[in-house]
Formats: sequence, structure tokens, C-alpha cells
Amino acid sequence: MNRKFVRAAAVGAATALLALGAQAQTIKVAYIDPLSGPFANTGAQGLAEFQFYAEWLNSHGGVLGKKLEIVPFDNKVSPQESLSQLKRVEDEGIRYITQGNSSAVGLALSDAVTKYNERNPGKEIVYLNYAAVDPALTNEKCSFWHFRFDANSDMKMEALTAVMAKNKNIHKVYLIDQDYSFGHAVADAAVEMLKRKRPDVQIVGNEFHPIGKVKDFAPYVAKIKAAGADTVITGNWGNDMSLLVKAGREAGLNVDWYTYYAGGLGTPTAMGESAAGHVKIVAEYHSNVANNKAAAWDAAYRKQAPKGNPDFYYLRGKIMFDMLVAAMKKANSDDPKKVAYALEGMKMQGDLGELEMRKTDHQLIQPLYVFTLQKSAAHGGPKEAKIDMEGSGLAPVTDARIEPYVTVTPTSCQMKRP
Amino acid sequence: MEFFIVQLLNGISYGLLLFMLSSGLTLVFSLMGVLNFAHASFYMLGAYFAYQVSTYIGFYPALVIAPLLVGGIGMLVERYGLRKVHRYGHVAELLFTFGLAYLIDEAVHLVWGRAAVEYRIPPSLEGPLFMVFTSQYPIYRGFMMLVSMAMLVSIWLMLTRTRIGLVIQAALTHPQTVEALGHNVPRVFMLVFGGGAALAGLAGVIGGNAFVTEPGMAAAVGPIIFVVVVVGGMGSLAGAFVASLLIGCLQTFSVGLDWKFAGLFARFGWTVTPETPFATLWNITLAQAAPVLPYLLMVLILIFRPRGLLGTRDG
Repeated sequence: MNRKFVRAAAVGAATALLALGAQAQTIKVAYIDPLSGPFANTGAQGLAEFQFYAEWLNSHGGVLGKKLEIVPFDNKVSPQESLSQLKRVEDEGIRYITQGNSSAVGLALSDAVTKYNERNPGKEIVYLNYAAVDPALTNEKCSFWHFRFDANSDMKMEALTAVMAKNKNIHKVYLIDQDYSFGHAVADAAVEMLKRKRPDVQIVGNEFHPIGKVKDFAPYVAKIKAAGADTVITGNWGNDMSLLVKAGREAGLNVDWYTYYAGGLGTPTAMGESAAGHVKIVAEYHSNVANNKAAAWDAAYRKQAPKGNPDFYYLRGKIMFDMLVAAMKKANSDDPKKVAYALEGMKMQGDLGELEMRKTDHQLIQPLYVFTLQKSAAHGGPKEAKIDMEGSGLAPVTDARIEPYVTVTPTSCQMKRP
Repeated sequence: MEFFIVQLLNGISYGLLLFMLSSGLTLVFSLMGVLNFAHASFYMLGAYFAYQVSTYIGFYPALVIAPLLVGGIGMLVERYGLRKVHRYGHVAELLFTFGLAYLIDEAVHLVWGRAAVEYRIPPSLEGPLFMVFTSQYPIYRGFMMLVSMAMLVSIWLMLTRTRIGLVIQAALTHPQTVEALGHNVPRVFMLVFGGGAALAGLAGVIGGNAFVTEPGMAAAVGPIIFVVVVVGGMGSLAGAFVASLLIGCLQTFSVGLDWKFAGLFARFGWTVTPETPFATLWNITLAQAAPVLPYLLMVLILIFRPRGLLGTRDG
């Protein structure tokens, strides 16, 4: 009995020691995004892809001999909730956070991280932003600790309007966006850029609806129709995007959609094949881009993807971790301050072109694509529409590749470095 | 004109869905005096059950089976929970249903996960029903209206024209007398509570695929059905019907209108500039304020007519 106990205790102690050792050997990145509520599906997508990256990296030796671990924290897309999750991150001693869904959350986190770092030198936290695209984050509200790997909403609108400028079938445009900082940023940019590039186009509506609250978009669709619009621009994402196009389809609304986020997360499924040819998206990647050097990665992700999130969506997530790993190697340390200095101004050859983390505002400069959802090749569509989205029969086909110089916007950021 | 008719139809179909949701709540309240906070959770359960059943045997069987399952759960809740709590008074009942809502929420998370499930409209109900000038009106919206009208008529017939309906009504005001006449009053209450839950479940079957079936759906409709019941008058079925249509149309039409205070002031020759105090407030359009209008209506009703539109007792 006694002997058994001693042995058990010894084993226990050894495991504890091992666990302690393992802790020192991991670099943790806290993933603060919605994992429940109306946007849970969006949050699950990023988590699945980032964990895929971590597994791949760890099976190839990790970074600086350490393993990468993604630790999920559910923020329910609420800025309030995100700040209390950030407290937990601080308490657990995690030094890197990543977040993407909602710029309202992004602004709250960037602000909180900056203040925390001022008060706690030596314990700094770096905030890696993969999708919160309010321009303010790299302009008047920029922070040394924040790095954005997605093109901001102004850059995306530059790309969309560059394509719209060439389309002579556009006469009346309707804007519908979620009523918060990002939605307003999209609408303002659209108004300003259309005036500059297509002064003949008339903006027949500029609508804002509460985010994540509208269940029935039919009244909005009736309004779009009554306004006589032939084109709709929207920055909606998650359920707000899929419910909007679903209502449009049901009412037989015949418009072209210029969107930021119709490319995944349930939206292609909700739209169905009737949307073919009418939905355009701006993003840094889709699965059918020409000369796709990320194709093998894309295929490997799909092979093990969870049921609800079958497509590879965030190439910028891969870019983000590639750059983080490169910065750690360059700094030869995983200390956030050193890594942040290594990261700013970093240039890298990405899978689809040159990448640069601009030093002045920590905004990633990268090529973008504007693409249309077409019937996939298997459903009688064009032959370049090889891989469809979510098995919906809709596949992305490139309209234009937008080189960085088209979308680069000046910044008003006055970076304060520690 | 086209815009008006389309919005009217949208408003009515949304209002009828609200009615399906709130009728169960107001029925249970009028017959048992229980304000059921878990009512919206039964709605969610209905949607999830329908999703599950429809993956095996299709949508139409689910339309019948899911509400029955939810009704069964409602009866069990009444028999083994609410009945025991009943003797401690209304506050205890309120707290009980409040806790129950959280329990159902967590159970849904555990069983179906936190993401939305793939619950879709059956192909036979997809497509346009008729054209309003150049706009399509979807079949499914017509189907929603049909089901809720059928429900309204059958509840009304059951309550006024059948024996059980008479017993239910009598048990409400004179439970002792009804019991003395040999009727099993606790069983009547159990049936009523189960029936109320089943109605919410039916609304879930219909609403779940028209919109999204996800764990947040109960929280999303919870407040609005209380507004319907309060505006219509606590415990009044007809009131709930009027209030549902009123709120449905109010929300739909206000989305379509870009009126704002600034425009009103301009009529009196006073222009709002960014320097005007509260300029942002005056520039909010009615469309932007649409989601809060029902709550504004509720506050006004509570101030000026606490019994509700068709209610009989004072708040």
C-alpha cells in the first residue's frame, strides 16, 4: 500500500515537472473571438485554421525550439467581454493575442493592450489583428503593439471601386452596412471613392442596421428594390451577410452585390446557385487564384477541416503566423517587445506576392483580388472555377488582381515607440 | 404602391410569427397566472428538434413531431417542477422559469454546439408564390401565414367550442368548483402549460429555417414577445394578435422610412448643423431606430394604458 503510494506520488511529481517543462517550451497565442452566439461560426473558422497552422509548425520543429499553442477565449463579439478575457490572458501570462471579428472589439483591445504595456514593462502583450479593418486602428488610433494583417476597409474599397469604375452597367448604387464603426467606415469610403472614380454613379441609399440583431431582412430588401438600385455594396459579415442575400434571393432582387465577406462562413450556402455571376468579393485570397502557391496548404487544410468550416479562408492567417515566426527568428527571442521591433518594416515573399508590414502604421501591404462567384466547373461553369465554396456549387473566379500600389492609402499614424 | 404592399405583406408575416410565439405565453399567463421566462427557450427547442427530425424523415413530419416533443417537455416541466414550486407563490414560479431558460440554453449548447445548424427550407416550399408587380413573394412566407392563421382559429375554437376549453376557462376563475365537479384541475394546468410550450415549439419549427437556428435565437426573441404580451394586454389572446400585427408592421414600415428629427425641424425653418446640440440624435433616421420602436411603444402603453390594448385587468 505504502509503496504503491510512493510510486504514485513519484509519477505524479514527474508529470507535474514535465508539464512545467512543457509550459516553458510553448509560445501561447490567445485567440479572442466569438465562439458562441450569432457569430460563433465565424470565430470557429479562424480557430480551426490557426490550430492547423500550429500543428504544422510544431510537427516541423516549432519556432526557436518551442511549440506554438493557440488558446481560445470566447468574447461573444462584445468589447466588454473581450476586456475581461484580456484580463484572463494577462493573468495566465500569455504574451500574444490575436483577434479579428469586429473593429469595435479591435479598438477596445488595442487601447487596453497599449495601456497595460505602459504600466507593466517587461510583461508586454502584442496584438495580432487578422480581420478588424476599421482604418482608425492604423491611423488616429494606431499603437506600436498592434499589427494588422488584413487590408483595412479603405484599401478594400479602393480595390472594389477600381473594378466598379470599369463596369459601365452600374448606374444606381445602394449601400447597406452594420451600424458600428466598421460599417460606417465602409459607407464613408464608398461614397468618397465612387465620387472620385465614377462621378456619374448615383448613390440611391445609405442604410445602417443594428449588427447581429436583424432576423428578417425582407423590409430592407424591399427598400433596396424600391430605390431602383442595380448594385449593392455591403460590408456585412456573418449571419448579417447570409440573411441579407437570402432575403434578396427570396424576393427576387436582381442586383449585383459588391461585398467584403460573402466568400465564406455559410454565405455561399445561403445564397445558392441563383447568385452565380452576381456576387463579387474583395479579399487577399481565394482557392482558384492563378499561380496559387498556397494550393497545397489549402488542400491540406481541407483534408482535415471540421465539418462546419470546410473551406480554407484566411490566407492572411498563414501570413500572420509566417511573419510572427520569422520575426521571432530574426529577434532570436520570443519576447514580445523584441518581436514587435523585428516585425515592423518586415518584408517577405508571400505565396501570392510581395508582403510588407509597413513601419509607419503596422498595416500589412499585400496584393488583393476582386472575384466573382460563378457556377463551379462541375456544375457547368467556367473551367477555372475548380474548387467550390462549402460544396455550394458556387466557385470563386478572379476578376482582377489589384497590386499593392493601387490600394495603399496614406496614414495619419504618429507611432509612439517604447 | 408596390413598395407599400410588399412591406405590408412582410409586416403581416413577421407579425404572425410573433403571434405564434406570444400566443402560448399569453395563454399560459391567462390560465395559470405564470409568467413563463423560458417560453423563448421552448421556441428554440422547437427549431432544434425540427432540424434533428428533418435530417432523418423530412420537414413535414417534423412540423408535427417537433411541437409534440416540445409540448411533452412542457408537460413534464409543469408536472415535476412548476407544480411543486406553485405553492410558494408567483415569485418562486418566475425564478423557476428564469432558471429553466438558462438550463435549456446550456443543454442546447451541449447537444448541438455553439454554431448555427444547417436547418433549411424544404425544396417544395422554395420559390415565389406570386408576384407583387415586379417583386416576388416567397412561398415560405405564405406558408408561415397559413400555419399561424390555422393555429389561431383552432385555439379559439378549442377554447370556446369544446368541452375541454370550457373546463379550462372555468378552472381559471373557479378551480375549487371545477374540482368539486369531478374534473382534474392539476391535469388541466399540465395540459395548458404543455400546449403553450407546443405552440412556441411550432413557431420554432417555422421560424428556425426562415431565419437562423442557433443558440442565440431564444435570447433574440425573448424580449420582443414580452413586449407583444404587454402591449396586447396580459392574458388576452386577441390582444396578442393585434399587438403582434401592430409591432410587425411598425418594425417593417419604420425600416422603410428615412424620416428624422432634422427633417421635421427643417420644416419650421430650423436647420440642424453638426454644431447643433445633440446633432447626432436629430440625424438618426427612423430606419435606424426601428429595432427600439417596439420597446418605446411598450413604455408608452405601460404609462397610458397599463392594462394593454385589449387587456381586462390593470397592470
